[in-house]
Amino acid sequence: MIFLLAIAIGSLFAGAVYLILRRSVAKLILGLMLLSHAVNLLIFTMGDGGVRRGALPIVDYYTGEVMPNTTDPLVQALILTAIVISFGITAFIMALAYRATQAMKTDDLDDMANTDRL
Amino acid sequence: MANHLFLPLISPMLAAALALIFTRTKTRNVARGIVLTSVVFNLAYSLWLVWTVATTGIQVTQAAGWEAPFGITLVADGASALMLCVATLLMLVTMSYSFASLDPGYENFFYYPLLLLLLLGVSGAFLTGDIFNLYVWFEVLLLASFGLMTLGGSRAQLEGGLKYVVLNLLGSTAFLMACGLLYGTVGSLNMAHVAERMQSVNNPGIVTVIACLFFFAYGGKAAILPLFFWLPTSYHTPPVAVTAIFSGLLTKVGAYSLYRVLGLVLQDELVRLAPFVLVIAGLTMVVGVFGAMAQMNVRRILSFHIISQIGYTIMGLGLASAVGLAAGLLFTVHVMIVKTALFFIGGAAEQIYGTGDLKKMGGLAQREPLLAIFWFLGILSLAGIPPMSGFFGKLALLQAGVNQGAIGISVIAAFTGILTFFSMLKIWNEVFWKKSYGDMSKLPRVTPGLLLPGALLVMISLALGLGAGVLVDYSQMAGMQLFDRAGYIASVCGVQGCEAIVEAALR
Repeated sequence: MIFLLAIAIGSLFAGAVYLILRRSVAKLILGLMLLSHAVNLLIFTMGDGGVRRGALPIVDYYTGEVMPNTTDPLVQALILTAIVISFGITAFIMALAYRATQAMKTDDLDDMANTDRL
Repeated sequence: MANHLFLPLISPMLAAALALIFTRTKTRNVARGIVLTSVVFNLAYSLWLVWTVATTGIQVTQAAGWEAPFGITLVADGASALMLCVATLLMLVTMSYSFASLDPGYENFFYYPLLLLLLLGVSGAFLTGDIFNLYVWFEVLLLASFGLMTLGGSRAQLEGGLKYVVLNLLGSTAFLMACGLLYGTVGSLNMAHVAERMQSVNNPGIVTVIACLFFFAYGGKAAILPLFFWLPTSYHTPPVAVTAIFSGLLTKVGAYSLYRVLGLVLQDELVRLAPFVLVIAGLTMVVGVFGAMAQMNVRRILSFHIISQIGYTIMGLGLASAVGLAAGLLFTVHVMIVKTALFFIGGAAEQIYGTGDLKKMGGLAQREPLLAIFWFLGILSLAGIPPMSGFFGKLALLQAGVNQGAIGISVIAAFTGILTFFSMLKIWNEVFWKKSYGDMSKLPRVTPGLLLPGALLVMISLALGLGAGVLVDYSQMAGMQLFDRAGYIASVCGVQGCEAIVEAALR
């Protein structure tokens, strides 16, 4: 399972980098979204089921025994936070990109070099 | 337990929410009163915190009473208290500059709440003792800065804003990746706990990867050499007050995080990577200052100087010692104040002429002598000429560099100081000294509201230079604390260390 996840993460990163390097603003945003998914999956593999296999996820308060059928809740909390944040930022970027492409009348990042030249 | 550490976070949050209610033009004085009260309170608190940390040591509190490695910790040591204090001071001055310089339209569109949220994010980043929490504070301050950067929606702002947002987002993603890998490696994200467990990790490869990812993430925010492109392309587009506060706070939060995470948590790795960090510091200094020399716009020149000055801060990090971090901290405090002052004064000149293009400006020394005097004092300070504060910042860095045998970077740093002065003199010549081509009598006069904020900060820089002993002593204390891993762990988790608390909880 961890190998499948590794391949999935690698593919997501590759796709994200490819899309970010394209010239279109819309593809740039898609690339950023893929990138955030890739990172979320990466964090997911960092729990006790992945890299830290065998680490204690949750122990019983009284006996100190490892609880059966539990998994590391912290990575899930981290991912949840990251998802919410990237959701908000993606919404902001979409609005910004929409206004920017409207104002510049182009979707091509190479044409957006006016503030560099000034 | 020092629960008062929550106060500087609660105050801007509450005030931002309250100020939202009074955004209409009719009630804008109420909104101004609320935000001013909050920032003045924060300033008073942070001054008190600086004093408390100096007299009684590191202040620690645990959110919701969860013991240290399990919950979120807030820590105020010398470095964070000092940075908090300077950041709040700059925010107060920026508020007053905004009152004088901003279109009323901005105030109707949540300008002050956004400024307060920026202060909230910055304060949180300075105070937190948890790496993932630091990520969250970064996002808070970035979202506020995105709003401020694009508020107004002019063409240049949208274009600059898009680049700013995308490149900062890439940095945040790298930060998140580093957090994930760090958790996978050591199983904790509390800084003290990570620092403790780092000492027994016998997998140097992954630790180097994590350190480099953090360096990439914070370096991107701090605008170090290959990652600075978002800065000069966007910083001249928003209103002057926004550029000034960005120059004072945003890149410096990145630098502070580098100091905290690499200088304290991943200390052994920093010592290993130090030569590379020094190379990047030198290149950042030189490229920044040469970039500035090529520009013909007031705020773009100043933007490139931000990059150059960040090189000095990174040099303090690259020296990888308590003395180096102390010197870097001293320099950072100085440059935050002076840079913001120069943006205010340059921005005032820009408002008089209605443009920041050097070719269209001129003759301001005769018309506004006060503005010219403060500008000149400001560039003396930036270049590092006594008795201004810049001299002591650079002196400390060069002393630390020479004492540690880092001669190359010290020579570059001294050389860059001369080039800095040279390229600032260009603004002096073009804006203040040369004859004006057009008729100047119709141009507006500078108002006290535009002059005083910059003048006040320049006077503070002069005062810090004349009374340098206090700040030097304090920064040395802060540098010692920053580099003292055992002391940090002991103050967060107790003398037994964080591992003992985990063991006790498992038993």
